[in-house]
Amino acid sequence: MTDNKFLLLANGQSAGIKDIPVISEADFDDSCLRAIREENCRISAFFAMPDNGDVHRLTAVLADPEAKKFRVMQTAVSGKFTSLTGSYPGFNRFERDIFESCGLLPEGHPALKPLRFTDGRIGEMDFFAMQGKAVHEVAVGPVHAGVIEPGHFRFECMGEKVYHLEISLGYQHRGVEKLLTGTPDKRLMHLIETAAGDSSVAAAWNICRIMESLGNIKVSDEVSLLRQCALELERCANHIGDLGALAGDVAFLPTAAFCGRIRGEYLNMSADMAGNRFGRNFLIPGGVRYGMDASVTGKIAGKLRTVMPELWNALDLMFDSPTVLDRFENTGTVSRETALSLGLVGVAGRACGLDINSAFDLPAEKRDMPQKIDVGNFSGDVLSRAKVRYEELKKSHEFLLAALDRLSCRTAPAVPVEFPLPGDTICVSATEAWRGELCHTVITGGDGKFKVVKITDPSMHNWEGLAMALRDEEISHFPICNKSFNLSYCGHDL
Amino acid sequence: MWNSLKARLFQGYRTGKFPKVAPVLPERFAGRPEVFPEKCTRCGRCAAVCPTDAVTLDDHSLRIDTGKCIFCSKCAEVCPEKAVDMSKEYRLAAMSREKLLVTGGIYEPERPTDREFLKFCGKSLKIRQVSAGGCAACELDFNVLNTLAWDMGRFGIQVVASPRHADCILVTGPVSENMLLALKKSYDAAPKPVWVIACGSCAVSGGIYQDSPVCHNGVETILKPDLYVPGCPPHPATLLEGILRLMDKKF
Repeated sequence: MTDNKFLLLANGQSAGIKDIPVISEADFDDSCLRAIREENCRISAFFAMPDNGDVHRLTAVLADPEAKKFRVMQTAVSGKFTSLTGSYPGFNRFERDIFESCGLLPEGHPALKPLRFTDGRIGEMDFFAMQGKAVHEVAVGPVHAGVIEPGHFRFECMGEKVYHLEISLGYQHRGVEKLLTGTPDKRLMHLIETAAGDSSVAAAWNICRIMESLGNIKVSDEVSLLRQCALELERCANHIGDLGALAGDVAFLPTAAFCGRIRGEYLNMSADMAGNRFGRNFLIPGGVRYGMDASVTGKIAGKLRTVMPELWNALDLMFDSPTVLDRFENTGTVSRETALSLGLVGVAGRACGLDINSAFDLPAEKRDMPQKIDVGNFSGDVLSRAKVRYEELKKSHEFLLAALDRLSCRTAPAVPVEFPLPGDTICVSATEAWRGELCHTVITGGDGKFKVVKITDPSMHNWEGLAMALRDEEISHFPICNKSFNLSYCGHDL
Repeated sequence: MWNSLKARLFQGYRTGKFPKVAPVLPERFAGRPEVFPEKCTRCGRCAAVCPTDAVTLDDHSLRIDTGKCIFCSKCAEVCPEKAVDMSKEYRLAAMSREKLLVTGGIYEPERPTDREFLKFCGKSLKIRQVSAGGCAACELDFNVLNTLAWDMGRFGIQVVASPRHADCILVTGPVSENMLLALKKSYDAAPKPVWVIACGSCAVSGGIYQDSPVCHNGVETILKPDLYVPGCPPHPATLLEGILRLMDKKF
């Protein structure tokens, strides 16, 4: 920690680009791998930033839960760099992204395939294929049977057993990061909120934090608390939806039906707060869109108190049912070691026993938030992933009830951010979204406009976890394994 | 089983009264924008803040294209003369693109004109949803119609797994280049005639993703929609009311 191979940056703190140490590639690789293997760090973002001519600066942003800050380091490369995926598989998708978006070749990458098919030649790639007479392949997607986003899954099977699952995405690619280059402008918040539409609040909070840091604005504690409330409502709605869908996937219809309705109540609470069921347009740089007087918070708290017994009733019914437990237990297990080597985050990571949560590992502004859950008893199966959601729902409700009772005064109007923003500056912000750590990295150019915007959705880390969960598993277990992760396609494809 | 029955009794009957009774909308709900050109001083603030350029202003008119609008209500917020306002009107769906333009005056949702198709499929509707670059919000709020709160099954509306079984393709998202082929194939696989619904601002016009080099500005450039449903995402009541109107259901 004492060597100056990296810059320590708090969550939402900005610093000049010139403050980031640019080290040799060998030192960079060594420093990254050592941090991850020995010093408990994890990847928050890994990308290349254009420099002069064909030179790029490879940039690593690692979350350091001991220092409670990000480590940022750079190395100058041109044309190619040494792949780290072979040493640490968590780099896989990030290196493929760099290859696709900047044309830098990660030398030695074991499976260098397109990530998002940005050239439009979707699906044209070599899929991993098993050989043998009894082997069969099952290809699913991009269009799936239900109402869900598109992606392609290819299973290599013998009989019912899956030996390998390859997940090929990119169908949802809308060019978000490119569209964000050259902002802030009037589209900024809306592009950010729709990058992954089910995590709008978390994404908006990241960009607000970045804009406030660059614009040197400090928001009041009340604003932070309001934002946390919006974030928790988003978390509750999604967790409840997931638990209901899990029940549906094992044909346990009572909980599936109850949760479908109860989830709607939380969306309506978000709408009471923000006017939009997904909490959109609520967070704005410098504050929040609407203040909350006692009539609004009282209404939401009242609804919450009414719906809570119904929620626990629906969930306890499922978790007490032997037919459900039989399907959930020891299904789609991801070991702690695998989770560590893939760098799983959020719900999926905690279900494997990893005690990671960016709200605590990377503290930003001081505020009340839900308590941590105890991850000691989770074993990485579908049941664990369901139980993590259940425990988090409990903590979120405790927080929401306490916070809503306190939040009964009008919030001041948002402080406008002044332009231009400082040039050649980096700012990183991470928020524990309902899926896991959502990280936004912004680098401004000389003119104060965004030169690089990198979005790391938790799905970027976790898709590989789903592939591993299916190994040696029956193919009929795919729906519950998939639902238990419930990853974002658009957040990954951007 | 006793536990399930007890829980069922405890949870009660929860299907909403819509469409017989108007839906309960949140206080801050932003519905169809209204314009009052006579109040407008042509200051241009509304057009300047609109993230999707849905507001157009010239010497003679003030128009809002709800097909582009993402209902952020910024135009209403900045207008000093209250020439733009967000109403609580949730019946936003239209059967022609022109009907999505708000130019002032009294609004009345249109009724379907395609009697032939109604004869063929007026009682029930099997929908195949295709997400073509959708951000998951439109998909999630369409799924909500399937929950017991809205229970669209009671109107004969059902989601089907295969386009071969579909009377209707419901598209969300701005149509990303990478989903273009899959969307076309899904449409081609459906037996004709088939309705097309463009659900959400992205599907109607590209929304916030209009002019993205890797998207197609919505469904219209590829297929002709029979129903346009504005919103980001459309409220479940907006979508259901639109579909029911398209089916010419009377209550």
